[in-house]
Amino acid sequence: MFSYTLFIILLPLVSFLILGIAGKWLSHKTAGWIGTLSLAAVAALSYYAAYEYFFVVGRDALTGAFERQVPFDFTWLPFFDQGLHFNMGILLDPISVMMLIVISTVSLMVHIYSFGYMKGERGFQRYYAFLSLFTMSMLGLVVATNIFQMYLFWELVGVSSYLLIGFYYTLPAAIAASKKAFIVTRFADLFFLIGILIYGFYTGSFGFVFDTPEGLQSYASAGFILPLALTLMFIGGAGKSAMFPLHIWLPDAMEGPTPVSALIHAATMVVAGVFQVARLFPLWVTYAQDWMPVIIWVGVFTAFYAAAVACAQSDIKRVLAFSTISQIAFMMVALGVCTELQTGHEHHGSVGYMASMFHLFTHAMFKACLFLGAGCIIHAVHSNEMAAMGGLRKYLPITHITFLISCLAISGIPFFSGFSSKDEIITACMSYSPAVGWIMTGIAAMTAFYMFRLYYGIFWGTENKELHAAHHPHETKIMTMPLIVLSIITVGVGVYTTLAGFGMFEGYSFGSLISADNIDYRIHFDMSVASCSTVIAIISIALATYIFKGEKQPVAEKMKAALPNLHRWAYKRFYMDEVYQFVTHKIIFARVSKPIAWFDRHVIDGFFNFLAWGTNAASNGIKGLQSGRVQQYAFVYLVGTILLILLLMLF
Amino acid sequence: MNITIEHFLLLSALMLGAGMYGFFTRRNTLAILISIELILNAADLNFAAFNRLCDTAGLEGYLFTLFSIAISAAETAIAIAVMINIYRMLKSNLVDELDNLKW
Repeated sequence: MFSYTLFIILLPLVSFLILGIAGKWLSHKTAGWIGTLSLAAVAALSYYAAYEYFFVVGRDALTGAFERQVPFDFTWLPFFDQGLHFNMGILLDPISVMMLIVISTVSLMVHIYSFGYMKGERGFQRYYAFLSLFTMSMLGLVVATNIFQMYLFWELVGVSSYLLIGFYYTLPAAIAASKKAFIVTRFADLFFLIGILIYGFYTGSFGFVFDTPEGLQSYASAGFILPLALTLMFIGGAGKSAMFPLHIWLPDAMEGPTPVSALIHAATMVVAGVFQVARLFPLWVTYAQDWMPVIIWVGVFTAFYAAAVACAQSDIKRVLAFSTISQIAFMMVALGVCTELQTGHEHHGSVGYMASMFHLFTHAMFKACLFLGAGCIIHAVHSNEMAAMGGLRKYLPITHITFLISCLAISGIPFFSGFSSKDEIITACMSYSPAVGWIMTGIAAMTAFYMFRLYYGIFWGTENKELHAAHHPHETKIMTMPLIVLSIITVGVGVYTTLAGFGMFEGYSFGSLISADNIDYRIHFDMSVASCSTVIAIISIALATYIFKGEKQPVAEKMKAALPNLHRWAYKRFYMDEVYQFVTHKIIFARVSKPIAWFDRHVIDGFFNFLAWGTNAASNGIKGLQSGRVQQYAFVYLVGTILLILLLMLF
Repeated sequence: MNITIEHFLLLSALMLGAGMYGFFTRRNTLAILISIELILNAADLNFAAFNRLCDTAGLEGYLFTLFSIAISAAETAIAIAVMINIYRMLKSNLVDELDNLKW
């Protein structure tokens, strides 16, 4: 029934191989078309798969839940004769189908957008080849039937992210950023791998929860093993999703081309960690409930930290990067506050799962739109710094409108998609603990503030007139088209879910497609939470308008002057990079690696040098025997013979 | 005077001793070759003497002596050929100067 889903993964792979091997001989236009057309086919197949999954196959008549569909599953690598084996396959369930839509949509938009953004760049074909590779790996990750397949594709997305961050490989900053991203995520993936191995060893399977319930039952009572494995896997997810303190690679990853940042570092790859926790969510809730505060507090702290840093950055891509970190942390928190798997009106503990997935979806759309908009702006003014911008609304009208829509969405204004999803998250947090709920509301207010600081800094505020006169900023159609599509999705989803959430009509809502137990679950907004967060968001926006909109910004200057240290600390990202520098260079390299290197050079090498010296000395000692003098040989022979004869005579 | 086996053995022992002394002390390769001939002839003499005096019915000693003479002739021919070549290359046939084939 779903056998065509195989092509969703194969098509980008084929396009990667064609562009990677034959790209040298293709023109830019052909290469771009190959990549874009294969992605368009993938998107069409994904939409069809989603339609068929949700509306043709639909719910199981008995349970009322969306059943898992496994069109492919074969043993790829048997580790032992029976038992543990490594499968490859395709698994369709509500969250993987949703991820297919998110990835193929954003990837298609980025492919189209890159025609304009990357026009005439050296390595255009290589760029499209890597985009295809990334899309293939990401799609393979979300449809994985088991944790090991997920890990395989997890590493593949890591490597394609590395390749794309380092796309401008002649710039030292890009090389450093790609290395940093690879090493930090790889370090986190080590824990993921250890977690997988512990999980596989103790449960006898790499499958997700539904594979071997008997195996799990026996180890559920074994206490901390399963929670430990899950927490180790969460560290891997935290690395990929840039949770504090493993977030340091994401802001630097902005050295890559901007469409890459939109696709990989905003919409898809960085949410892989969230997706992983959601995928293992039944295990978390059932067996590791006590360890879930780890997720919550890592998420809460990251959300706060990233929002605070975002308020002081001047590079627009960095602001968006920290905003991404903060929003992903929202999704993590939403998963963490879930306390049960059942849905329904008496089970409020499962709202978070739905909210997290919903926010993943809406965030992917509006954040991709923001990044692509930032790409248009950077393309127009040739700088990432806000100082080169200001007053751009006259030059880039479409970018301006779509950027504003996305800013309203991320701030949580009703009738924009971010409102509905963020509201669900805050509702879920409130029902877990009012403290977490209020902290998250505060961070949402900070989000609205820094996003509008960014918006006003780019489109209003102090204009850099000299620069704009010298080079007239403009936008191109091929680059604004994806912006329009993404902002239409943002507004459409926002209007629909807001009306449904306020109970204006009874229809499908996000929860009827995706919920913790896959059963239709429609919730309405909690009016007190919704109105409270809306009012706070509007106040924050008004504050940002007051401070940053004008041509002169006396309040902003005064604030900077009043709190010079705070501003500098936030601007320097609270010196986290310096802390890492200190820990790696001063502690790990100087205190650990240096002594080990000394031991290697002097003790290990010395031992082998001693062996070589000994052999050499022994050879020198006896080499005189081979003198080349025939008479000496004969004499030795004679003496030997006489000695032998004497010995034979004596004994 | 009756010639006994002891006389033959004494003579061959003298030849062997003279040959070995020459082999270890001469520097000229030709002299060493002559010394080797002496040692070989001492052995041949023993073969012939034992056949004549101890095993009068058999012929193995004589035959072996003939065989040994043929071999030593061939050996001498090769040795002299080698020496001529060495002399052409190194302008010397003194054995203590021919020590190139060492470590």
